[in-house]
Amino acid sequence: MKEIIPELKIEHIKRLAAGGNRADGRSLGQFREMSIERDVIGTAEGSARVKLGKTDILVGVKIELGAPYPNHPDEGMLKTTLELRQIAHHSFDPGQMKNRAIELSRVVDRGVRESRMIDMKKLCIEPGKKVWMVYLDIQVLDYDGNLFDAATIGSIATLTGARVPASAFGLGEDFPLPLSEMPISTTFVKIDGHIMLDPTATEEAVADARLTVTMDSQGNLRAMQKGLSGAFYYEEITTAIENSIKTGNSIREIIRSG
Amino acid sequence: MNSNDDSQSKRTLVLPGDELGDDNFKAGSGTYKLDGKIHAAQLGIMNISRDFINVISLSGSYIPKPGDSVIGIVIDNGPSSWMVDIGCPYTAMMHTNDVQWNVKYGEAGKYLKPGDAILAKVSSVGETKKTQLTMKEHGLRKIEGGLLVQVAHSKVPRVIGKGGSMISLLKQKTNTRMFVGQNGMIWLDGENRDMERASAAINLIDEKTRSTGLTEEISKFLEGASNGSPETDIDSDGV
Amino acid sequence: MEDIKLIDDEGKRKDGRAPDDLRDIRIKAGVLQNADGSAYIEWGKNKIMVGVYGPREVFPKHLQRPDRAIVQVNYSMSAFSVDQRKKPGQGRRENEISKIISEALEKIIISNQFPRTSIDVFIEVLEASAGTRCAGLTAASVALADAGIPIIDLVPSCAAGKIDGQIVLDLDKIEDNIGEADLPVGYVPKTGEVVLLQMDGHFTPEEFEKAFGMAKEACLHIHKLQREALIARYPLEAGDENDGENADGNVDDNRGASQ
Repeated sequence: MKEIIPELKIEHIKRLAAGGNRADGRSLGQFREMSIERDVIGTAEGSARVKLGKTDILVGVKIELGAPYPNHPDEGMLKTTLELRQIAHHSFDPGQMKNRAIELSRVVDRGVRESRMIDMKKLCIEPGKKVWMVYLDIQVLDYDGNLFDAATIGSIATLTGARVPASAFGLGEDFPLPLSEMPISTTFVKIDGHIMLDPTATEEAVADARLTVTMDSQGNLRAMQKGLSGAFYYEEITTAIENSIKTGNSIREIIRSG
Repeated sequence: MNSNDDSQSKRTLVLPGDELGDDNFKAGSGTYKLDGKIHAAQLGIMNISRDFINVISLSGSYIPKPGDSVIGIVIDNGPSSWMVDIGCPYTAMMHTNDVQWNVKYGEAGKYLKPGDAILAKVSSVGETKKTQLTMKEHGLRKIEGGLLVQVAHSKVPRVIGKGGSMISLLKQKTNTRMFVGQNGMIWLDGENRDMERASAAINLIDEKTRSTGLTEEISKFLEGASNGSPETDIDSDGV
Repeated sequence: MEDIKLIDDEGKRKDGRAPDDLRDIRIKAGVLQNADGSAYIEWGKNKIMVGVYGPREVFPKHLQRPDRAIVQVNYSMSAFSVDQRKKPGQGRRENEISKIISEALEKIIISNQFPRTSIDVFIEVLEASAGTRCAGLTAASVALADAGIPIIDLVPSCAAGKIDGQIVLDLDKIEDNIGEADLPVGYVPKTGEVVLLQMDGHFTPEEFEKAFGMAKEACLHIHKLQREALIARYPLEAGDENDGENADGNVDDNRGASQ
């Protein structure tokens, strides 16, 4: 069933936005408080629990042996899956949520892949035959908006703490995933012409348009995704990119210190 | 289920399955009878009222009773009725005969649309819990403007306070008009800044698990934190 | 495989437990925001999150029961919860466990108060290490109580089994894999009813009796842990102000303000 947002709530959010304010007291360009807890799942080769406001996400990575793609015989593989299950929100009907979950996982995947965060060549064991497969699985436990960023941050935190279980397969000692970049996404919504960073569930429900910007630590763009049926002007996009650089750096600090 | 002195002096948390009394008492709300004994069915506070043992639930959804004043959100309409979400397990219905307007058949949607909020009263609750609302009473109407805040319905008595002490305090210190629905939905109206303060105070009441000294705490909160912006980790003002 | 000894000469199991020892169990109630009730349980290495939604009028309408609520349990395992990654999506094992837990909970929920509704229980296994159905059921009834849903009693659940020919409590992963029998039990202390029961392997009737008794004793202990989790979630002080007061008095007072 679709959730009906009371008209009064919508008006309230718009009224606040006009004055540069938000229902939870943040400024328009402000990220929520965030906590990251690593290595919470013993069966995973890396894991992280991310709480972004009231959004609560658990990411786990499994690293297993497999055969490479024929067109990339000397590279390991990355597969990103996100599940939106009903425990996180009653409206998350599995059938209806399928495309939303796929979009989310693909945007996270693109950020990791396009930034060349993982050195895939170092995950090759025997070209054309045997490589390490990196399965990144994202589970949403509680939903209060901005799953794009929570999922990306959780994935990055997970990968940076992950170890390749070589010894379990008789392939030498375990080693950390060969990583270089640290891509971070930041997501904005547009409500009544106002651009807000890190939307809550209610803000997302009211939003006209959504924009996710994923950047690397050098300040380069690595992935973008515009969503919802509204639209952005060019200037709004460049302003979002500026904010994304700053916010991304602060988030990287939190991941590094965690 | 009126409160009395007993419930105030003897406040015990009871859990499902707890034995509360024998057959000298009758099983009230939140309880069940097994082998002649009354047991708690819900987590809550035990309350003895006359010869009834009740458990006042500390969680769980609002269950409507005839006569309850509620705030509802219209979620759909038919030709001569509206479906209204009042935060209980069942969608409530309101017939076009039960409003002050003279609504022609097929024109319900012209008066109330999905997303509209209303002040209404529960007129009846049927055997299969079909719940009817009415707006045909003085003061009941569509809400325009202001702000909606949701608290657990079990916290409504705290928002009201003893003899209305808490709500008087809230209204007075924030200069805000308020209507508290028994379903935990609260409507505020006033200046933006005042509504924010009132809403922050109400959220504080909702979050507290204990109510000792609550009135004093809220009073302090409203005097001190006239600007209650929460702490945050990351602050970029690029936008 | 048959060479591995699960019980040493001093009667200790591989993780140091005595035959009738449980693994460490920790339960926390009220851990999610959106769910109407929730509980998180760590049981040995098992980590399970349970969220309850409802009761809520159920659609499509043909699922409605005119006289009571239906209980729908969805037990699911995260891809990373096991040693070899599990493909997302519901398998036959998960469907079966969902069904038996659902039937166990139906017995304790006083469902005639909520005709035409559904009570939905989501059990998410985040890390699995033998005994997830028992841990899931144990946490589920805590989440139901947290959601304020009327129930007869909390349902603790625990398994007993047979390893190296001996009856032991609460099999861990290796014991479960190579042991000779496993008997998960869900038990309602208030009524003495058994609401969940499965068994696989090989027991003599005498061994069954012993294993059942051991599981039942453990259930009584777990019942205490369930209660403690709920008490910790709802701390009360004598003399709290207003909880017991009825809200009926406020309406006129506050309506005045809205005119």
